[in-house]
Amino acid sequence: MIRVVLPAHLKTLAQVPGEVELEVVGTPTPRAVIDALEDRYPVLLGTIRDPRTQQRRKFVRFYACERDLSLESLDVALPQAVATGSEPFFVIGAMAGG
Amino acid sequence: MSGVRVLVGTRKGAFVLNSDGKRRNWEVSGPLFGGWEIYHLKGSPVDPNRIFASQSTGWFGQLMQRSDDGGLTWAPIGNQFLYDGVTGTHQWYDGTPHPWEFERVWHLEPSLSDPDTVLAGVEDAALFRSNDAGATWTELSGLREHGTGPSWQPGAGGMCLHTILVSPQDPQRIFVAISSAGAFRSDDGGVTWRPINHGLHSEGLPDADAEVGHCVHRIALHPSNPDVLFMQKHWDVMRSDNAGDSWVEVSGNLPSDFGFAIDVHAHEPETVYVVPITSDSQHFPPEGKLRVYRSRSGGNEWEPLTKGLPQSHCYVDVLRDAMAVDSLEECGVYFGTTGGQVYASANSGDSWEPIVRDLPAVLSVEVQTLA
Repeated sequence: MIRVVLPAHLKTLAQVPGEVELEVVGTPTPRAVIDALEDRYPVLLGTIRDPRTQQRRKFVRFYACERDLSLESLDVALPQAVATGSEPFFVIGAMAGG
Repeated sequence: MSGVRVLVGTRKGAFVLNSDGKRRNWEVSGPLFGGWEIYHLKGSPVDPNRIFASQSTGWFGQLMQRSDDGGLTWAPIGNQFLYDGVTGTHQWYDGTPHPWEFERVWHLEPSLSDPDTVLAGVEDAALFRSNDAGATWTELSGLREHGTGPSWQPGAGGMCLHTILVSPQDPQRIFVAISSAGAFRSDDGGVTWRPINHGLHSEGLPDADAEVGHCVHRIALHPSNPDVLFMQKHWDVMRSDNAGDSWVEVSGNLPSDFGFAIDVHAHEPETVYVVPITSDSQHFPPEGKLRVYRSRSGGNEWEPLTKGLPQSHCYVDVLRDAMAVDSLEECGVYFGTTGGQVYASANSGDSWEPIVRDLPAVLSVEVQTLA
């Protein structure tokens, strides 16, 4: 079970009050987590990554275990603490503008 | 009893303003989609309870929403705007080729006859259509691919398709306008297109009379005479009497012919409204006086409408989609400002009152006249 923390606007869209818990088949990677997230909440399609290129949107970041994973490959395995559910995977709306 | 519903898109959400036909007392609801840019909302002329909304932010991209109960509740609809085929390039600000990239939906135009059909004008400039109430979108790529696309260049606000007009007398005839490419017309329902910019003169262009490249800000028409078009260009207010085949300037005695918004009285096809703005580098009213100008002669002779509008220290802007009219017996005129005011006139512009004063910057205003 993977725990995912969404930014406020995406929680509103997905109508979830807090963390999201997802089952991810196979090795948990950022791509697998986002795939599972979009599968569970189709309203989030296009909000985290471009629907055509599948690239992370430029003002969205991925954090876990006090590390910024945004610039790493989407196919690298997430830290074990995220894979086991002891730490969440954060989807962050970058602090910019207002 | 008749009434009006004013749909307001702002930088930080949408607002719905309701009144009865007297238009004196208003109920303001919102913000809907708080914190999101709502570039445009528009209701179906066939089913006024059906309203489409464009919702976006720079963080999370484009979403689309639809209400089927007059704006009380909303549900997300399709937000996949995929260009058709190999998109190629347009010009970037510095004149270099730049690939077409979807940014946002600027304008929604629900069908005049089918509540499930709606057109969407997007940035980078293209026209999309949905025939399933917004679930899926298909590009009408004949516009982007008709031949001049590689020479289109963005305006300061991006390369946006912001105006969509469908002729009430011939649904196969569609007009669109793009900043900064100009105006275009299709006579076959959006399959094929051609530029309609003859007569436009833009001194910012190397060839001031070029076929494309003009920064058209907005076009309006009256349903009873859709061959007559009124245009607010970057500079110049223009008129066409032949569906855009040619244009003549009708700026006349305006204090500035720069501006964004333009609209036509609901019952008087030759009565036109604009809001002059000082210049392209000073986006506020001349002399700090917020004045709507009305022409009852289809242009050239304009009168300032000031009663109820601030006549000193006013430095707001009125953006291209932020003016609309209702179709009650005494035509109502509405506009919103970047200062967050929405003004209404229940007497064709003779006098104005603010409905609300302190919304976020207003991007768009649409009006539904309710039976």
